[in-house]
Amino acid sequence: MNLLAIASKSIRQRSLASSLTALSVALGVTLMVTVLVIHGVVQEMFSQSSAGYDLIVGAKGSKLQLVLNTIYRVSQPIENLPYQYYEEVKEDKRVKLAIPMALGDTTEEGGFPIVGTLPHYFAQSYSYGKKFRIRGQVMQGKWHAVIGASVARQNNWDIGTKIKLVHGGMDDHVHDEEFEVVGVLAPTGTPNDKTVFAHLSGFYLMDGHDKPMGEALDRLKLFYPEEYGNMTVQQLEEKLKMEDEASHEGETEEEHAAHAGHAHAHSLPDELKEVTAILVVMKGDTIGQQTLRSAKFSAELSEGVKAQAVNPAYEISWLMQNIVGNVRTIMIVLTAMIIVVSGISIFVSIYNSMADRRKEIAIMRALGARRQTVFSIILAESIVLCTLGGLVGFVLGHGMVFIASPIVESQSGFILDPMKFEPIELVLLPSLIALASLVGFIPGMTAYRTDVAKTLGG
Amino acid sequence: MSLLIQDLKKSYVEPDGSELPILNIERFEIPSAEQVVLVGSSGGGKTTLLNVISGITSPDEGIVAIDNHNIANMSEVVRDRFRAEKIGYVFQTFNLLPAFDALENVLLGMSFSGKGNDRKRAAELLDRVGLSHRLNHRPGQLSVGEQQRVAVARALANQPSLLLADEPTANVDVANQDTILGLIRDACTENNVSLLLVTHSQDVASQFDRVETLSDFNKPQKQEGETE
Ligand SMILES: Nc1ncnc2c1ncn2[C@@H]1O[C@H](COP(=O)(O)OP(=O)(O)OP(=O)(O)O)[C@@H](O)[C@H]1O
Ligand SMILES: [Mg+2]
Repeated sequence: MNLLAIASKSIRQRSLASSLTALSVALGVTLMVTVLVIHGVVQEMFSQSSAGYDLIVGAKGSKLQLVLNTIYRVSQPIENLPYQYYEEVKEDKRVKLAIPMALGDTTEEGGFPIVGTLPHYFAQSYSYGKKFRIRGQVMQGKWHAVIGASVARQNNWDIGTKIKLVHGGMDDHVHDEEFEVVGVLAPTGTPNDKTVFAHLSGFYLMDGHDKPMGEALDRLKLFYPEEYGNMTVQQLEEKLKMEDEASHEGETEEEHAAHAGHAHAHSLPDELKEVTAILVVMKGDTIGQQTLRSAKFSAELSEGVKAQAVNPAYEISWLMQNIVGNVRTIMIVLTAMIIVVSGISIFVSIYNSMADRRKEIAIMRALGARRQTVFSIILAESIVLCTLGGLVGFVLGHGMVFIASPIVESQSGFILDPMKFEPIELVLLPSLIALASLVGFIPGMTAYRTDVAKTLGG
Repeated sequence: MSLLIQDLKKSYVEPDGSELPILNIERFEIPSAEQVVLVGSSGGGKTTLLNVISGITSPDEGIVAIDNHNIANMSEVVRDRFRAEKIGYVFQTFNLLPAFDALENVLLGMSFSGKGNDRKRAAELLDRVGLSHRLNHRPGQLSVGEQQRVAVARALANQPSLLLADEPTANVDVANQDTILGLIRDACTENNVSLLLVTHSQDVASQFDRVETLSDFNKPQKQEGETE
């Protein structure tokens, strides 16, 4: 019989104490693995999802909330910007790309966030070097929509499906307007998977998305006091009427027919449109140049009272370091302490058994076992307990992520992959073995020092 | 394998600190392949002598030479190895390992002596002591006589050159006593094993040619300068 067989024999001899101590290790490892995996996924998603954009422009307020809203589609709704402001940003010579985003609505089925945006959202890579892949096409017409992979899977939607929107806010008003799905995104592992992208033009035409004249004017006054400062609601109404008539002159018959069935067939005047945020990519030959420009541009924008431009990567790394990172550190310290405590319980269990086993060890020695051999047997026992507990913990940990992932996904939109292993997990097993050696050492030495003559000869 | 004991002294320290001499043997010898019975009064030091011969207990002074190797002089590592390979010992109290079943107890003796994991041979030995139906019983599940027979099988497992048996038939019926004695004696004869067998049984002793009484050659005396 080899050492391991002998060690596992005496583990089984004390099966209750053994399984309890191994279980405590297992629980510690389970928690540790869960913390690591969840944190890893959260971190990756946070750091990847915002990588494609240099700046996010939005109304003044919480910077973090702006980022969380725009990129992750979590957190509370925020204030909007006038559409004209988007046009201004877009026209800036230093801006390579500006993507407007209107947020706040969800789908009737599944409650997925709806983003009103323009097709070029999909032209920009969503993460470092990762381009969107679309089955079907991007939305061309006003009433076209593109859906994320999770939306397609969970709602069983596909190209051709007609979808209705629920307006965000208190009333949960269901819009009558229907969008038609024209494209389905391949999975990206980002919040895009859980998003419905509606064409901004159609989005504005929906009932309730045109701001009441008074509200719109108030916001315009804030942003453009010179132009709108003294305007009354009537004056604005008149101005819009004139512009509307002018715009219809250029419209073709087909275009008109295409949206004839909709309640708001006419496109909304810019004055009544709002965007929640603008994703900005700066021009620049080098990353350094781009960064410098975006910093300058951001400072300029934020000088005004009404808007702010934030660097999403910066906000996210702040969030990761100061909140998520600290939570992680605390959790790791706690779980490590649990593991150490379970290591101590293994020590206590083995150490207590040593009194009974002194004779057993002396017999082995009398049968020819060397001191190192009995030492190794005790050490092996501790290592077997820790390793078994650790392995069970690994399985339980990933099992827990497996069980938790659909719940977490539906609650928060974070996608947890149970098969995702954190590199640091590799350190866990050697650490466990080190811990086991440590706690097995003292009982091992007791075995080592057992005096055969005194124990057997008495 | 021959055994030679010369000027052997062993005493224990009593709880009050005074010396308690147990063994003082000028000369005791077992030539190779001889089978010797040792008798003597209880508490006379028979078990102590066997422990000293097997190297489990160190003598205070003197020589315990097995085939001219003085076990008293060996380093611990060498002595453990030597014992495992050369000496079979049926303990008076059996000393079976409670966590292991009968078969494993026999196997353990082999493992530590480096003779490997010969399950077949272990099972065969147990069969010969009449325990083929108890291979997977742990000591706690065996009768005292059965435990004793496992201890005999274990002592023979290594094919020792010197067999020490401390009352190996104390707990069995006459039929089993004769089976065990037969097994031990056959094994010794077959492999030229020297045997030192302790017994209180006149019946057992009478079956051997050479019977030694401990008190005849063991003269423990109080240490010099000590008051009686
Ligand atoms: N470890 C010890 N410490 C102190 N005294 C001991 C120790 N071991 C044995 N003795 C004493 O040595 C004496 C001899 O003991 P031993 O076991 O050798 O006797 P024995 O001849 O085998 O007796 P029995 O026939 O009853 O088995 C006993 O009086 C015992 O009390
Ligand atoms: Mg005795």
